[in-house]
Amino acid sequence: MTAPVSAIDGCGAPDQAAPLPASVDLAKETVLAGVVRGGAGEPVPGAYVRLLDATGEFTAEVVTSATGQFRFFAAPGSWTLRALSRAGNGEVQVSAARGLNEVGIAVAD
Amino acid sequence: MGRESVLVSADWAEKNLDTPGIVFVEVDEDTSAYDTGHIPGAIKLDWKLDLQDPVRRDFVNREQFQALLSARGVRNEDTVVLYGGNNNWFAAYAYWYFKLYGHDDAKLIDGGRKRWELDGRPLSTDLPDRAPTNYRAAAPDLAIRAFRDEVLGAIGTKNLIDVRSPDEYAGRLLAPAHLPQEQAQRPGHVPTALSVPWSKAANEDGTFKSDDELRALYAAAGLDNAKATIAYCRIGERSSHTWFVLRELLGFGDVKNYDGSWTEYGSLVGVPVAVGDEPGSAA
Repeated sequence: MTAPVSAIDGCGAPDQAAPLPASVDLAKETVLAGVVRGGAGEPVPGAYVRLLDATGEFTAEVVTSATGQFRFFAAPGSWTLRALSRAGNGEVQVSAARGLNEVGIAVAD
Repeated sequence: MGRESVLVSADWAEKNLDTPGIVFVEVDEDTSAYDTGHIPGAIKLDWKLDLQDPVRRDFVNREQFQALLSARGVRNEDTVVLYGGNNNWFAAYAYWYFKLYGHDDAKLIDGGRKRWELDGRPLSTDLPDRAPTNYRAAAPDLAIRAFRDEVLGAIGTKNLIDVRSPDEYAGRLLAPAHLPQEQAQRPGHVPTALSVPWSKAANEDGTFKSDDELRALYAAAGLDNAKATIAYCRIGERSSHTWFVLRELLGFGDVKNYDGSWTEYGSLVGVPVAVGDEPGSAA
């Protein structure tokens, strides 16, 4: 399965539940991906996850899939992931390297 | 203009779901959001399928816009209330179209789909049943649309505002970070463009900051009120958000959106490009 062409061309979020498109080269891309979980460890779908750069500035935002998944294409360095949801908010700091960086975000009221 | 005439709260929207003469319009790139649940009664516009020409690189022309709104059942006299995902980027982009084609009464829902969802307001999967209309669009108002030559001419003479993220401005990223980074265009920004990311104009729930906060933001960035302004981003939707802030909320007179934006400018042969965090100078 690959992401629809429109999702690559535009600024909207590709399907967060989809596996990485075959065109994504993990030798070049820095991917931050993971799951947002609530207080009991349950995945939180429909959470708004934003990627903030090292200065705290907004870089991108996606909505988690039915299984709570999110994914960003960034660059090596320090990032903050912040989630807003009806189940509460949460954030986590990440030091990302090239390739796939798996990150979990816990949210609570 | 002013905030009250162009921006409504989610609360106002929910209270006016059944008010005759008001049409709610969800605008997204990914219309699966609409399909899984939308504001009851809202019609949908797909920013690419509905709003872009299928062949040429341009958006729909006057006749195509007329046909689109006629088919979706929008009347010239309707109040069009727009909202969407991505912090209203594409809703602001559609708002700009409605203004470009002469629709006077258009508004955005503050916070868009995100605020609506976080508030737990009702969503419906029922499709609206609106009778076709005979919508008439005006000739495009090019006072709010900038083309590439005007952007080149604006270097060092007008306000240029780059509303992408700081890393895109500096050339460290080529696209928003939820998209793969391999792109054809050169990284960087238009020399002399100020970096004022669109996100500085919004709160994290997607609502716009107050007029006082917004005025302070652009003043601190060095925007010269005496000059005309052109906003751009990568494909023109985030800069629609900033265009909305400057012209519709703050009432600046001469503000244009450069919808060709970086995907066009960064691909042009022989034009000046600045890299790094500073605006750079006119060549």
